[in-house]
Amino acid sequence: MPETKPIVGFFVTCLVDAMRPSIGFASLRLLEDAGCIVEVPTAQTCCGQPGFNSGASDMARDIVKQVIVAFEKFDYVVVPSGSCAGMLKVHAKDLFEDDPAWLARHNAFAAKTHEILSFLADVMKYQPQGISYDGVATYHDACSGLRELGVHDQPRALLEHVAGLKMVPLEGSDACCGFGGTFCVKYPDISNEIVEDKTRCIAHTGADTLLAGDLGCLMNMAGKISREGRPVKVFHAVEVLAGMAEDDGICQPAKEA
Amino acid sequence: MQQTSHKFKDNVKHALKQPNLRTAIDRTTGLLTSRRRETLAQYPEYAEARATAERIKDHTLDYLDHYLEMFEKNAIASGAKVYWAETPKQATDTIIDICKSHDAKSVTRAKSMLGEEIGIGEALAEAGIERVETDLAEHIIQLADEPPSHIVVPALHKTREEVAELFTEHHADPHKTDDVAALVESARRELRPKYVGADIGISGANFLIADTGSICTVTNEGNAELTTTLPKVHIVNVGIDKLVPSMGHCAVFIRLLSRAALGTEISQYTTYYNGPKRSGDIDGPEELHIVLVDNRRTEIFDSFMKPMLRCIRCGACMNHCPVYNAVGGHPYGYVYPGPMGAILTPAMTSLEEAGDLPNACTLNGRCQEVCPVNIPLPDMMRRLREEQWRRKLTPASMRVGLGFWAFAVKRPWLYRLGTRFSVVMMRWVARAKGKITSLPGAGGWTRHRDLTAPQQGTFMDQYKRGRRS
Repeated sequence: MPETKPIVGFFVTCLVDAMRPSIGFASLRLLEDAGCIVEVPTAQTCCGQPGFNSGASDMARDIVKQVIVAFEKFDYVVVPSGSCAGMLKVHAKDLFEDDPAWLARHNAFAAKTHEILSFLADVMKYQPQGISYDGVATYHDACSGLRELGVHDQPRALLEHVAGLKMVPLEGSDACCGFGGTFCVKYPDISNEIVEDKTRCIAHTGADTLLAGDLGCLMNMAGKISREGRPVKVFHAVEVLAGMAEDDGICQPAKEA
Repeated sequence: MQQTSHKFKDNVKHALKQPNLRTAIDRTTGLLTSRRRETLAQYPEYAEARATAERIKDHTLDYLDHYLEMFEKNAIASGAKVYWAETPKQATDTIIDICKSHDAKSVTRAKSMLGEEIGIGEALAEAGIERVETDLAEHIIQLADEPPSHIVVPALHKTREEVAELFTEHHADPHKTDDVAALVESARRELRPKYVGADIGISGANFLIADTGSICTVTNEGNAELTTTLPKVHIVNVGIDKLVPSMGHCAVFIRLLSRAALGTEISQYTTYYNGPKRSGDIDGPEELHIVLVDNRRTEIFDSFMKPMLRCIRCGACMNHCPVYNAVGGHPYGYVYPGPMGAILTPAMTSLEEAGDLPNACTLNGRCQEVCPVNIPLPDMMRRLREEQWRRKLTPASMRVGLGFWAFAVKRPWLYRLGTRFSVVMMRWVARAKGKITSLPGAGGWTRHRDLTAPQQGTFMDQYKRGRRS
């Protein structure tokens, strides 16, 4: 754990900004509770991943440069999504293969960029205190966080400190949920087959709550759970860890029309 | 085979309508993936072996000319004849010439994907030569007149119930149950006489061993051995990427291949062939012909897809691919399906003909994780998309959409305005329901799932107004 309070630049991500700000505010609460000073630069928008994964590298490069410029003054850059963090930390270097100056800037930026759950557990050695959640939850390991950043044990370790929360294992927790960014709208029928497998496994656990660390995957699984009418609430792990999972779950309004 | 990759989306629609397809796929890939996990748990040297295998392949590729010449020299010294084929046509012409020079009427064939790649089935049919597929799964799809849907278990798309129906229809003395043992017995009765009557046996090879000039096959049914030793002539068709420097190097791959492919420590048969029958040998062919095929492998060597040449054709990438598991192998529309096919199809045909393949992937990364030679499949998939973008093969709607998106993303004030507007619109659509069940322009999402309603006020707006937690 750093000796002085580190100054963290928080990268909100476009989905959290538009769809579920509570994930962002839960992150701020956790980062401050863990001993960080948090700032949210206003020059941020997106990590560039939709362009990057579609082959539009020139667009992605401009956007990543914009992120680096906005965030390079911070001690750390923290992102509440393994997918966006993986884009910025791991993949973006491919965009600067022929540009040594920017590659060096990216390297320095990448070294201090972290996905939030692994940052809290590994860097800040954080343990939530006085938080409770009444329920049985299962955890889906979103692919980018898992494979690109090694996020697996950290969320489970953090969630152990939540009173009243019982965790049950999810079969195939390391299998893709079928989201894949633009994949799910480009190939909706294939995506549907994949997410159906996932919700079947989730139902099989008997859990009343599904947690993960990536809003895209969560919206996909929650949307399917809602369509299938399954009694499972869906939250980003930080919402539970910050004690902010009392409100509506993702795609689950408290009062049905 | 007739390539249909460019019709991927139509092929998918067709596949998803097959009532038994998911059952068939799940039974097989479920077994293969769980057995693989269990076998690797008992192989503590796996990570080291995987890294070593990657290095061996890279080294061999870097000195490909050296090892190929070494292989040729040693194979000839062992009594084999070696041929070089740059194209599939050259390969099949060479093979058909050998068949004709022996006046062959019937050939037995042990499964090889290279054979599918060069179209050996069609070439033999054109030459009027009977082709007997001896691998059980290849026998099944030969009866059904279908292409393979998996590189290791080619009839993966068929349930045993469907196989029982096929055998009942085609076998002279079929066993009328779908009990697996009974089906195997029925196929054996059908195939045994054909082995003895064949003029020529054609096989592929899993490995070419440079310092001995040997070839190695890794199989489970014993059909390869009957195909390669009973007829007077044995023809091997093999890609030049199958090369390893020595027997010792080959052993590293033998340990990895069966574990990755089937989740078994070793296959039933691992056979090394060194030249034809020598005087004093009890069995073996009188002639051994080895046809070394390029089919654009040297072009792949010169591209960013070079790591693809490490591939040992285990099929682990497709067994673990969510897309392959949802639709099976046929929609990919070429010899190689799944993640490795999404790379090899454009590499061996063209980016145009490969159509959707490099895009029909969630980039979840599991294929690379399970690959025994660590091929960066997702990265290459993305590089192919980059190539599509550069050559303007990406659909116009996508290009325009991303253009607008990037314009806004690079202007935070405009982006905020757009986000604020979208949030208001989506909340209006969701209204009392609190979720969106149908949204114009987002049918791809809402056809199968609901869309959560956005919370009120974007994060950035709330933060600006002073909210901090």
